[in-house]
Amino acid sequence: MAEPLPVPDRRFDVVVVGAGPAGSAAALSVARSGLSVCLLERGPFPGSKNLYGGVVYAGVLDGLVPRWREEAPLERMVTRRATMVLTDTQSLSIDFRSTAWGEEPYNGATALRPRFDAWFAAKAEEAGAVLVPSTTATALLRSHSAAVSGVTTDRPGGDLSAGVVIACDGVNSLLAKEAGCAPVADPAHYSLGVKEVLAFSPEEIEKRFALPPGEGADFEVLGGTGGVAGGGFVYTNSDTVSVGLVLSLPSLTESKRRPEELLERFKAHPAIAPFVAGGELLEYGAHLIPEGGLAMMPKLATDGMVVAGDAAGMCLAAGIWLEGVNFAIASGEAAGEAAVEALARGDVSETALRLAYASRLEAGFVLADHRRLRAAPGLVLSERLQHHYPQIVCNLAEQLLTVTNPLPKQGFVRLTRNELRRSGVRWRDVVRDAWATVRTFG
Amino acid sequence: MSSWTQSELPALAFEDRMATAEFRVAPEAHIVVDGDGCRGCSTKACITACPAGLFVPTSDGGILFSYEQCFECGTCYLVCNEGGAITWRYPEGGAGVVYRRS
Ligand SMILES: Cc1cc2nc3c(=O)[nH]c(=O)nc-3n(C[C@H](O)[C@H](O)[C@H](O)COP(=O)(O)OP(=O)(O)OC[C@H]3O[C@@H](n4cnc5c(N)ncnc54)[C@H](O)[C@@H]3O)c2cc1C
Ligand code: SF4
Ligand code: SF4
Repeated sequence: MAEPLPVPDRRFDVVVVGAGPAGSAAALSVARSGLSVCLLERGPFPGSKNLYGGVVYAGVLDGLVPRWREEAPLERMVTRRATMVLTDTQSLSIDFRSTAWGEEPYNGATALRPRFDAWFAAKAEEAGAVLVPSTTATALLRSHSAAVSGVTTDRPGGDLSAGVVIACDGVNSLLAKEAGCAPVADPAHYSLGVKEVLAFSPEEIEKRFALPPGEGADFEVLGGTGGVAGGGFVYTNSDTVSVGLVLSLPSLTESKRRPEELLERFKAHPAIAPFVAGGELLEYGAHLIPEGGLAMMPKLATDGMVVAGDAAGMCLAAGIWLEGVNFAIASGEAAGEAAVEALARGDVSETALRLAYASRLEAGFVLADHRRLRAAPGLVLSERLQHHYPQIVCNLAEQLLTVTNPLPKQGFVRLTRNELRRSGVRWRDVVRDAWATVRTFG
Repeated sequence: MSSWTQSELPALAFEDRMATAEFRVAPEAHIVVDGDGCRGCSTKACITACPAGLFVPTSDGGILFSYEQCFECGTCYLVCNEGGAITWRYPEGGAGVVYRRS
């Protein structure tokens, strides 16, 4: 971008880097307090870089934007949520529907990020934040005492100084790395999401997914990834269906398989194909997911800077949960409030920022959920859960449901014992994993 | 359920797949791959893992990389086998991938 920054004053109380849900929430909460805040976004508009599943559980917005359910560009209110287990030839689903999810206050809604993020950033602008798109923050500015005091951008004369910088720059957070907050990244903490958006008429979507008009479905899938650790998803939008895979990086690399081939294979599975076959591909894309949870969280603050959202590894990706937008919004808001509090006290040191930020995160669900699910990533990505259990539960279901006349039916315990023997999984492992599951998710 | 085999898959050419995403190409590459590092690399993990298929092996054991159709996801630097072979940053503001329906 050859043009200089379109802001007359290069000094702000707070500079927020990244206009995803974390950044817009941070900028909104700072702007509401009356302080000056600049919201930098490298994409041509907020949301243009942000591919996800996806469903937003935006109840956390109730405080920031009370009328968000009417105002936000939502696709469908989710009233059907299925968890599927796939093997090459079988599928087993828990298919949950709730009419309550179709009424106020709803539960989750599908939304497209290029629209949702643009809407949310506009809310921050309305409150007084200065949104500057098409601008990449390239480095941190430091004061004499080495505290973070702003950012440089790729615009001519594009230095912006700030009392506090809030890094909401997403999963690869180059700023958290530069600040020394994030340790060397471990590939095992990341999954690659690949996704297709397929065109269908609204009526066709409602027919295929058996939905009342305007309502939506959310399928989370375990297995079907060609042996690569991870899972899949299918979501309904107004006139498109999103289908994708989440693939653990070390396992994907080891498999030597191409992501789009695995996705094509997933789409062709007999349990998935009826929902996605024949849709014209409108957009293909990819994005990383921070899956490490608590184990990968960086230092949340340093002198003059706070880290929020995916940049802080706050996304919750554990089995049937794939939630990041709500965690990003909650942590962004907490970071914004922490910056305001620290500036009011005239102390933006690491200790002051960390205390103000952590106390807010502790008060809400962000850290509580991550702590509760700290063992989930390891458990969900384990060999037994990924490979053996889907096969075992599908085989068990098949044997229970197959009528074996003239032979008599076999008991469940006997069938289970036979299945375990066949798979080589020991009872003791099953008990241990069951216990770990209860401890982790219970 | 019919059996689930590779041969039933509809054929969508990779170029057609990539053509569905919009890329605003910057004049300068945001990712630089050091060919020397790649020649000694035993995994060549980038070739299969990059969702945009931008790493192409050359006959002399090196890598031919092109930056234009990059999703800016970060997979390549994370799976890279040789520390320092990939210099990775974001493209200049306004450039690169633009999602509209994701
Ligand atoms: C395949 C997939 C499926 C998912 N499904 C769901 C789901 O269904 N529900 C859910 O809640 N979550 C889901 N998530 C997770 C969710 O998308 C993230 O947790 C969430 O987007 C994090 O928000 P954020 O604001 O922290 O980061 P992001 O949304 O990544 O925003 C970061 C922003 O910073 C900008 N930026 C980065 N660096 C710079 C820089 N140097 N200068 C200027 N701007 C910069 C980027 O352009 C971007 O706009 C999914 C993720 C993936 C990949
Ligand atoms: S993994 Fe890294 S070192 Fe190996 S070929 Fe790819 S870019 Fe080169
Ligand atoms: S950032 Fe992602 S899309 Fe771009 S070259 Fe690396 S792996 Fe490929």
